[in-house]
Amino acid sequence: MKMRVNQMIGGVVVLLGAAAPWIINPYELSLLGRFLALSILAMGIMLTWGEAGILSLGQGVFFGLGGYALAMHLKLAGLNLANGDMPDFMVWSGVSALPALWYPFANPVVSLACVVIVPGGFAAAFSWLVFRRRVGGVYFALITQALALAFSTLLISQQAYTGGFNGLTDFSTLFGFDITTEGAARVIYWVTFGFVLVTYFALRWLLMSRYGVMLRATRDGENRVRFLGHDPVPYKVVAFGIAGALAGIGGALFTLHSGVVSPALVGVVPSIEMVVWVAVGGRNILWGAIAGTLLVNFAKDQISSALPSLWLYGLGALFILAVSFLPAGIAGLFKDGGGSARVMRRLLSRKALSTAE
Amino acid sequence: MNAIPAPILMMEHVTVDFDGFKALTDVSLSLTPGDLRILIGPNGAGKSTLCDTIIGRVRPTAGRIMFKDQDITSLAEQEIVRRGICRKFQTPGVLPTLSVMENLLVSARKNRAWWRSFTTRTPAAETARAEEILHQIGLEDRRDVVAADLAHGEKQWLEIGMVVATDADLLLLDEPTAGMGPQDTQRTAALILKLLGRHAVLVIDHDMSFVETLNGYVTVLHQGQILKEGSVAEIRADAQVRAVYLGRSDDDEPADA
Amino acid sequence: MHESAFLLGQVFNGFSVASLFILAALGLALSFGLMRVINMAHGEMLMLGGYLAYMTLQIVPGPLGILVAMPVAFLGAGLLGGILEWAVIHRLSARPLDTLLATWGVSLVLQQAARNLFGAIGVEVTAPRWLNHTVSVHSGYFKGLDLPDTRIFILIVAAFVLGGIALLINKTRLGLYVRAVNQDRATAAAMGVNARLIDLAVFALGTGVAGLAGVILALLGPVTPTVGQNYIVPAFLVVILGGLGSLVGTTIASLMIGLFTALIEIFVDVSVAQVLLLVFVILFIQIRPQGVITVRTRALEG
Repeated sequence: MKMRVNQMIGGVVVLLGAAAPWIINPYELSLLGRFLALSILAMGIMLTWGEAGILSLGQGVFFGLGGYALAMHLKLAGLNLANGDMPDFMVWSGVSALPALWYPFANPVVSLACVVIVPGGFAAAFSWLVFRRRVGGVYFALITQALALAFSTLLISQQAYTGGFNGLTDFSTLFGFDITTEGAARVIYWVTFGFVLVTYFALRWLLMSRYGVMLRATRDGENRVRFLGHDPVPYKVVAFGIAGALAGIGGALFTLHSGVVSPALVGVVPSIEMVVWVAVGGRNILWGAIAGTLLVNFAKDQISSALPSLWLYGLGALFILAVSFLPAGIAGLFKDGGGSARVMRRLLSRKALSTAE
Repeated sequence: MNAIPAPILMMEHVTVDFDGFKALTDVSLSLTPGDLRILIGPNGAGKSTLCDTIIGRVRPTAGRIMFKDQDITSLAEQEIVRRGICRKFQTPGVLPTLSVMENLLVSARKNRAWWRSFTTRTPAAETARAEEILHQIGLEDRRDVVAADLAHGEKQWLEIGMVVATDADLLLLDEPTAGMGPQDTQRTAALILKLLGRHAVLVIDHDMSFVETLNGYVTVLHQGQILKEGSVAEIRADAQVRAVYLGRSDDDEPADA
Repeated sequence: MHESAFLLGQVFNGFSVASLFILAALGLALSFGLMRVINMAHGEMLMLGGYLAYMTLQIVPGPLGILVAMPVAFLGAGLLGGILEWAVIHRLSARPLDTLLATWGVSLVLQQAARNLFGAIGVEVTAPRWLNHTVSVHSGYFKGLDLPDTRIFILIVAAFVLGGIALLINKTRLGLYVRAVNQDRATAAAMGVNARLIDLAVFALGTGVAGLAGVILALLGPVTPTVGQNYIVPAFLVVILGGLGSLVGTTIASLMIGLFTALIEIFVDVSVAQVLLLVFVILFIQIRPQGVITVRTRALEG
């Protein structure tokens, strides 16, 4: 009975989401599309932070890698490379020829593949280097923050190759289609919405699989798992790699919606903000990650334009309050929050998940 | 009479040195397949360190450890488990947010390759084995309870069940009755005795009545060295053991710290 | 300028940057050793120290103002740190990752408060005349080497603080308690040590030292609401490399990171240096994952 009610609510939400282009105005649709793109990234944070216990303060890096991979193609689309054409900002910076790194991105298929493979592969490789030496927890969080700082400063300083502080903007076509029209915006919205649904159901399956159980087991007791004969490292690396790939997809879709990708979205502060979306929504349940992302971002959009200084106080307070008093997030408030959310809420509140000895 | 079977585990002159502190000195120990061994000794005697050394958590400074005639001294922890040694820890090492059944299924996984985990189907043999153990440890009615919600004794049994589920040939049980009342202690003893034959079991414990119920061959460890080995009765009669371990020489109960 | 003078200048720079890292990371490392938590608002303690120095110099101008500012900043930041520990951190201390997030929230609030109170641009603290000199070498092998007084001053302050804390930890009763809780909290508590109070005292001490570092930062450049952020990420890396709560480890790690940064910047620009520093840290982890100083633990999940 309960199950059926939940399914009905879910069905209505999906229908409303699909029909959104006819319900809300183009500006709101663009916001919703952006935030849905961000929610794909947030589901990745739910996977690593909630289910695997790995806190990353550098998801902006993978978001940026996906965003830039697509943006580099969008800058090249429509240019005649054989003719020696170059993106506008390179010309202004006095670059004489297109850098080799940019060439592969002239091909849309390669670029789209890179949106997933580069952030996913980099996340997996990076986390493997750290996890294989059994460095995790707080250490890993701090290292990912250093990564976010290094990546964003690098993007800003390499002006001639990355567009520097302003990033990459002014896109017009993808696969030969004009992406600036209202019709295109609608299609991009539906594509984003589709990705959210696919991600949601794929992760739901993954968390129900034996892999999901192993991942939670690793979170609960990495050494216990090791002394049961399992190597915990690959489970964690796969989770972090998937989260990286999802962040990349989110970054690419966000770039399509907003028409710009810049270092301002990938640095230390935005990276940690991403975690608060999931903290607010609920770190152990997928819909919580989506709901939290939409909620916090719409609130930010409303408050920060009217009272920017209030928003920063609010965001700070949100961090403190959500984590201290609502560790399982909004989803944890629902009795059938489902999955491990219920258990986690109780455990978090009684501090049973102590990693400190 | 059968010939004496080849030992399943042999520690040969193992020494463990923690930055100058000798936790184990020249310890040699050999265990028989399917047999029970009880390890006792006062606090700080090196019992847990001995277990740590066998499972690869602590590496010996000198000596080697042979398991089924193979040198396992420097293998990775998970590899040692895969060869057939599994340990229950002193403070219950169950996985708190997983259900009792999930705890057992994680332990019972036969093919431990990570890429084989992308499936929702559990092999029937593993489920059957987990169910069997669930029955054995008496937690059938707690099947879907998350481990964090179990009573202390139940956690101990669950962890014993997990260790058994790995199908290891040698089980190391570090204080399986810690924090248990007399009734639960007897139940644990019965459980352990049923495991013998299929598994060799090394039990560490303080509780002398428990040790007597088990009634196996005893090794006494003192200050990182083996003081004495023998039957429970022999150990009880030994003056030296009484002096270092039992404290007062005419008291039945050991000075439990 | 002689190449060797330039090199020596960079080494000297490395040492003075390392001194700042020591002051910034000391509190983090000590509290991390005790409670396994990292205070993300630690950088704002530097910021607070800087603003307290600015305000002190408004009230006590003149050559000795800066010497008054140092205890003021130490006490002010220590007090705020104490409140933070009591109000937020110890409540979350069993959840280290959540502590990171909550204290990050605190850091946002403090930054915004500074922005509202002092403006976003920042305030200048002028170094007193006695710190305005530069020791210069005019002849010989190191001809052209310049050593600004402020940089020498940092080295002296860091040496004093480090020596003071080492004495405190190794020679006093409080230090004995700190070492006891560090090794085994439960046993120490059972022996009658008030572990809660030790946590609080060490945390306040560490944030106080950060406040002191803030005074020095104020001598080097303008104090802005985000001034602490520039130093905090390297300070976190120091904690990672240093090993659990070890003074010696923290010092060595600070020197490694300070010198690495200063020397690598001879060859590459600052942003690339940051990337290479991260690469260095990852490589270091491959060799010594537990940091410079290794601590053994008997806990299953340590």
